[in-house]
Amino acid sequence: MSAKNISIESVSHTYHPNKGQPVFALDNISLEVREHEFMALLGPSGCGKSTLLYMIGGFLPVESGVIKVGDAPVTEPHPDRGIVFQHFALFPWKTVLDNVLYGLEKTRVPRTERRERAQYYIDMVQLTGFENSFPSQLSGGMKQRAAIARTLAVDPDILLMDEPFGALDAQTRTLMQDELRTIMGKSPKTVIFVTHDVQEAVRLADRVAVMSRRPGRMKEIVDLPASRDPNFTRSAEFLEMVEYLWGLIRDEAADAQTEH
Amino acid sequence: MKDTFVRYSPLLIVAIAWELAPRLGLVSDALLPPFSLILYDGASLFKTNEIYRHAASSLFRAFSGLGIAILFGVTAGTLMAFYKPVRVILGPIVQMFYPMPKSALIPVMIIWLGIGSESKIVLIFLGCMLPVVISSFNGARGVDQIYLWSARSLGASDREIIWEVILPAAMPTILNGIRTSLAICFVLLVSSELLISTEGLGYLIGVLGENGVYPTMFAVIFIVIAMGFFADRLYLTVSRRVLAWLD
Repeated sequence: MSAKNISIESVSHTYHPNKGQPVFALDNISLEVREHEFMALLGPSGCGKSTLLYMIGGFLPVESGVIKVGDAPVTEPHPDRGIVFQHFALFPWKTVLDNVLYGLEKTRVPRTERRERAQYYIDMVQLTGFENSFPSQLSGGMKQRAAIARTLAVDPDILLMDEPFGALDAQTRTLMQDELRTIMGKSPKTVIFVTHDVQEAVRLADRVAVMSRRPGRMKEIVDLPASRDPNFTRSAEFLEMVEYLWGLIRDEAADAQTEH
Repeated sequence: MKDTFVRYSPLLIVAIAWELAPRLGLVSDALLPPFSLILYDGASLFKTNEIYRHAASSLFRAFSGLGIAILFGVTAGTLMAFYKPVRVILGPIVQMFYPMPKSALIPVMIIWLGIGSESKIVLIFLGCMLPVVISSFNGARGVDQIYLWSARSLGASDREIIWEVILPAAMPTILNGIRTSLAICFVLLVSSELLISTEGLGYLIGVLGENGVYPTMFAVIFIVIAMGFFADRLYLTVSRRVLAWLD
C-alpha cells in the first residue's frame, strides 16, 4: 500500500514578488505522509505551510527538491488531489448543486450518475434543501460545507485543506471539525490539513508536523494517539498534547510577531 | 406601476413648462414649439412607413456596430489579461485611443467607406470597442486565483477555465463596460447620420431641421431619446437576470 504515500523530499522554495526582495519561504522540507493518514501542518503564520500545501497541490512549481505521490512527481493540479481553501472558493455564479456538479462534469462521471452523486455529498454535509441557493445566500459555515462537498464529490485520494475553518466563528469551527472527522471515518482519505490552531491540530490529526517560522523548516513530527474516544478533547492527554505543541511553536510565534 | 409614475413625475413638470413657455411668449414658438404640438405632429409621423424605415436602419447600424465591438472587445480584453505579448502590443494602442473623441473619425470613415451604413457601423464599432476591452481586461485580471486553482483541481482544461470560470467571474465588470458602450453607440449613430447620410433617424432630424419643420424634428429627437432610454432599461433588466447570483 506504499503506492499512495506522499513524499516531500528536500523541498525549498523562494517566492519572487513582482516588487521588492525575494522571500525565502521554505528551507529543505522533508516529510512522508502515509496513505489514509490525517497529517496536520502546524506553524506560525507566514511559515510557508500554505505554500507547501499549494506545491503538493501542483499549483506552485517545485523548483528545488521533489514532491511525489506514490512514484509520480507532482507537476500540476489533478482531481486526485482535492483542495479546500480558507475562503471557500465556491464559484459564486453557480448554485450549490451546480458547484458540486462541476467537478463531476470535468472528471467525466457518467451523466446519469452525476445528479445522484452530487446529492449524496450535499446530504453528507447537511445542505439538503439548499441545492439551488447561490453562495452569497449562505453563511460562512454553509459555504465551507458546500466547498467540502464539491471537493469530496470527485472522490480524490488526497484532500488538501488550507486552514479551511479559519474564517469561521469558534462554535461553527468546532462543529465542522467534528463533521470532518465523521466524514473521514466514512470514507478514509489521505489528508494534509494546514492550520495555526494547536487545538484544531490535536483534535483532528493522526500526526502533526510542526514548522518553524520563515524560512519554514520541519521542526518536529509529533504522533497523536491513534484511537480517540468522544471525550478525548476533555482528557488530560489532550491537554498535554496541546501544551507540548504550544511549547514547540510558542517561541516561533513570538519571534514571528516581533518581526511584523 | 404607481412607483414608476412617481419616479418619473419630474418629467411631467418639464413637459408642462415646455408647453407654457412658448404659449406665454417667453420663448419664440418657432424655436421651441409647444409640447402638445410636437406630440400632435409626431403622431402623424407614424401614418407612413418612412419613420419605421429610418428607425430600422438606425437600429441595425447601432446594434451591428455594438455587437461586433462586444465580440472583439471581450476577446481582446480577456487575451490581454492572460497573454503578456497581447498586452504589450494592444496596451499602448488602447491607452492612446481611449480618450480620443471618436466623432473626429466621422469624416475619415466617410472618405474610406462612403455615406452608407458601413461607415456608421465601423465608427460605432471603434467607439464602442475600447470600453468593452478595458472592462473585460479589468474583469479578467481581477478574477481571484483560487477560482482558477479550484477549477484546475476539479479537472478543468485551460479552455474550459476561460469559458466557465474567467468569463462568468468577470461578467459583472464586463457588463458595466458594455452599458457605457450602449450609450456611446447612440451618440455616434446620431452624430454620424446627422453629418452625412441618406437614411436613419439622425438623417431625418437633419432634413427636418434644414426645412424648418421644427415640431416634427423635435418628435424624432424624442423617438431617439426613447430608444436610448428603453435600450438602457432593457439592458439593466437583462443584466440583473444574468447577475442574479450577486447578493
